[in-house]
Amino acid sequence: MNLAAAANENMANISNVLIYSAMAVYTLAFLAHMAEWVLGSRSKVARTAAALTGSGTGTGKAGAPAAPAAGTAGGKGGTAVLERPKVVTRSAAGSRDVPDGPGAAGGDEGGDLYGRIAVSLTVLAWLVHAGGVLARALSVERAPWGNMYEFSTTFSMVVVGAYLTLLVLGKPVRWLGLPLVTTVLLDLGLAVSVLYTESDQLVPALDSYWLWIHVSCAIISGGVLYLGAVGTLLYLFRDRYESKLADPSGKQPGAFASSVMERLPSAASLDKFAYRVNAVVFPLWTFTIIAGAIWAEAAWGRYWGWDPKEVWSFITWVAYAAYLHARATAGWKGRKAAYLALLAFACFLFNYYGVNIFVTGKHSYAGV
Amino acid sequence: MAETETKNAAAAAGDAGTDPGTGTGAGTGEAAAAERSDDAGLGAAGSQLSTAPDEKAPLPGLGVIGWARWFWRQLTSMRVALILLFLLSLGAIPGSLIPQTGVDPMKVETFKEEHDVLAPVYDKLGMFDVYSSVWFSAIYILLFVSLIGCIVPRTWQFAGQLRGRPPGAPGRLTRLPAYTTWRTDTDPDDVLDAALRTVRKRRFRSRRAGNAVAAEKGYLREAGNLVFHIALIVMLLAFAAGSLWKAEGGKLIIQGDGFANTLTQYDDFKSGSLFDNDNLAPFGFRLHGFDASYERTGPQKGTPRTFRAHISYWEGADGPEKKDTVEVNHPLEVAGNKVYLVGHGYAPVVTVKDGQGDVAFRGPVAFLPQGDGNFTSVGVVKVPDARDKNGEKTQLGFQGLFLPTFALDETRGPHSTFPALDYPVLSVNAFHGSLGIDSGIPQNIYQLDTRKMKQFKEDGDLFRKFLRPGETAKLPDGAGSITLDGVEQWATFQVSSQPGKGWALGGAAAALLGLAASLFIQRRRVWVRATPAEGGGSVVEMAGLGRSESPRLPEELADLAVALQAAAPATAEEDHEEDHEDDDPGDPVEGARA
Ligand code: HEM
Repeated sequence: MNLAAAANENMANISNVLIYSAMAVYTLAFLAHMAEWVLGSRSKVARTAAALTGSGTGTGKAGAPAAPAAGTAGGKGGTAVLERPKVVTRSAAGSRDVPDGPGAAGGDEGGDLYGRIAVSLTVLAWLVHAGGVLARALSVERAPWGNMYEFSTTFSMVVVGAYLTLLVLGKPVRWLGLPLVTTVLLDLGLAVSVLYTESDQLVPALDSYWLWIHVSCAIISGGVLYLGAVGTLLYLFRDRYESKLADPSGKQPGAFASSVMERLPSAASLDKFAYRVNAVVFPLWTFTIIAGAIWAEAAWGRYWGWDPKEVWSFITWVAYAAYLHARATAGWKGRKAAYLALLAFACFLFNYYGVNIFVTGKHSYAGV
Repeated sequence: MAETETKNAAAAAGDAGTDPGTGTGAGTGEAAAAERSDDAGLGAAGSQLSTAPDEKAPLPGLGVIGWARWFWRQLTSMRVALILLFLLSLGAIPGSLIPQTGVDPMKVETFKEEHDVLAPVYDKLGMFDVYSSVWFSAIYILLFVSLIGCIVPRTWQFAGQLRGRPPGAPGRLTRLPAYTTWRTDTDPDDVLDAALRTVRKRRFRSRRAGNAVAAEKGYLREAGNLVFHIALIVMLLAFAAGSLWKAEGGKLIIQGDGFANTLTQYDDFKSGSLFDNDNLAPFGFRLHGFDASYERTGPQKGTPRTFRAHISYWEGADGPEKKDTVEVNHPLEVAGNKVYLVGHGYAPVVTVKDGQGDVAFRGPVAFLPQGDGNFTSVGVVKVPDARDKNGEKTQLGFQGLFLPTFALDETRGPHSTFPALDYPVLSVNAFHGSLGIDSGIPQNIYQLDTRKMKQFKEDGDLFRKFLRPGETAKLPDGAGSITLDGVEQWATFQVSSQPGKGWALGGAAAALLGLAASLFIQRRRVWVRATPAEGGGSVVEMAGLGRSESPRLPEELADLAVALQAAAPATAEEDHEEDHEDDDPGDPVEGARA
């Protein structure tokens, strides 16, 4: 018994070391991302200047400055695959038909190298991070989701995992890198400093296989919804930027804003990304709540009791439902829907941090 | 909203004629402008890709009926549904921040005592019962009326769409969001036959219309959406039924005792307004033993680890007894009821002898834990039939403090340092006189009414003894004695029946499936047109139209084209591509700008 306890303690220490190491590597990834943005930007400026003086490199995908409705108004981008018929696609009428920005590196090779280094470091950090979470799970001999420290470490692991999965699937999401690594660092910092709890067993009410199902779904939903929220936020910025450009007589974006914004994907792409991400996890979040109700029924004798945690899950769910409705309602698409999506994510965050810390209810006994 | 949903696609093609009934298109803002600028275009081709309600609500005509219709259209519009959803989540917030009677009545009382200005206002606003308040009910009832008003016409419309056939090809396929073309040596007729086979193999609903094949797929999206919204109604009804017919009662049982499911046996009982109290299901159970274990070391020392009640239960008046265990996450299911383990504690077993040396009381007495986490518990022993040393009738009462792991210090007095029975001690005070139980007023069994009692004294001090199991304390003046024979455990159970649970779960499952279908399936149409080419063969044109979020449509169209090219191989493809690009008639920006 004591031997086992010592072994567990050992594991817990290993886990802590791994989490701290992951933070160190994430920090390096953060620096590499910064280098990508900064250095990529510099050469980007040069390229734009060159393009303006007419010696430009044409309108290759990477090179085109984000000039809306310029020439390519048809919004045609043929997708030709060898031996496949060419399909001509047309983007939505009314949308700006702005091509996606070239990414942080701005087509610059040096910047791109930093970007690749950043992604590699993120992969490494994630592996270490996942190791830390696994070691924690081994040390407590259960799923590592018993308290807020464990939620937080697992949560950011899921966020980065989802991001890397998208990259592996070949989705153009490298623009997510910097904001993601930044928030993961913040989240882990908060976890190890404020939320840290010694590894331990669960109180009996939390000891159920529904814990696995309900909490893992909640964490995955949260992680992916976070990606959606980042996309939405950037969409709002980029949309403002594009509408400024589209109206040459109005106020034009500043040099710094331009340098960042022009490298992001177009507002339409960001919006689409955010919608898809949110739509994909919405059923999972729905399932999370259903699983929670089933568990509550087994543990407390009622499937729904308006406990604060339940209330906020419900609020979050309804807010996302409102967002999906808004997307389908005239006059509510675009920015208004985006605000709703951010509001909905704020509800999720409040449910996750606010309710655990400020409100007492049946869910609060996990220990902060 | 219909028109805007397909706006991206349809407006690009210059026609957003998606008003489900007429195909005349009715839109707002850009979309409407785009439509009007158009002449021929898609016609019916873009219509009915969804069954969403028409957002156009013309100003009411004259009269009450006109207004009623206008109001109904408003209520069942997406916009109002959206606002109601928003209000619903907003309205749910106060209930999570202000104590709720339904969740924790004690907290509500404390809150009311602490806020004498705010509390009456809150009370008026229903803030202590948010989820059954008038205003919260109004929001969700309106929402569900809106929902029904939305579902019924959509279901009819969808049924109509299922009976109908995919609309014919629009005049200019080039205007659709995905388009491809090639030239082949195959005859137009053969191309179209092959096209029909190709799309059918991929489970498109299809037909031949003139010189084109029309195909459509993804009806399950709409079906899923309807199922989802209907399931929401089922869940609401199940929830309502659950609260109207629920029954829930609590019972404390000491090891060795039993319980039969009748109203009189409950310690407390509450039921929904439509529950018939004579209708309790006949069953019973007996508590044989209770296991509890606690964390022994570390910062969470004393935190409970396992609770397990060993019971046997029977159904009917005297069915066979079956053994089982009840744990926190594993209720017992019997006769449509669930029996949950909700708490436990200690019951010191005491023997009280009176002044005559006769046993006046013997048995376990449940003591209530004081919530310090270490089961410092209080309880009383009432002995109504005793005689003093002179043989006179009297009553004895004991106030006890039970400490499973006894410790004593100056500031806290006797207290417990661990929840398990490591060093159990019972501390007692003793009284004699009248317990006051003959007055007929029901008494709290956990409190001693000492108004008509006198506390025993010993050598001038109040009588107080610490008893270890097996120890006996003599009362002063030969009034008798009290012995701690041992310690049993008790457990509290909650028996609940809530009808409609199955419906709620079924509704939830259906909602989930419907939602997944609605979000993951794309409804889309594909047309293949083959026209005779100069000098033999034909020109094949293919185009696809989906709802706005149809990222995979071009891919799918290409797949279909590849499949079709097996029967109608391309010749001189390059030429056509160029041709087409030169005289591309439909610049989508035209439409949008108009
Ligand atoms: C009880 C409240 C409601 C909830 C929780 C809810 C939830 C949802 C959700 C999550 C979706 C997304 C599915 C999708 O995008 O396909 C959706 C779609 C939809 N809802 Fe609701 N809904 C509610 C009430 C209503 C009402 C009252 C209406 C009628 C006005 C309505 C009409 C629609 C329509 C037409 C869609 C399809 C949107 C589209 O075509 O994309 N819903 N609903």
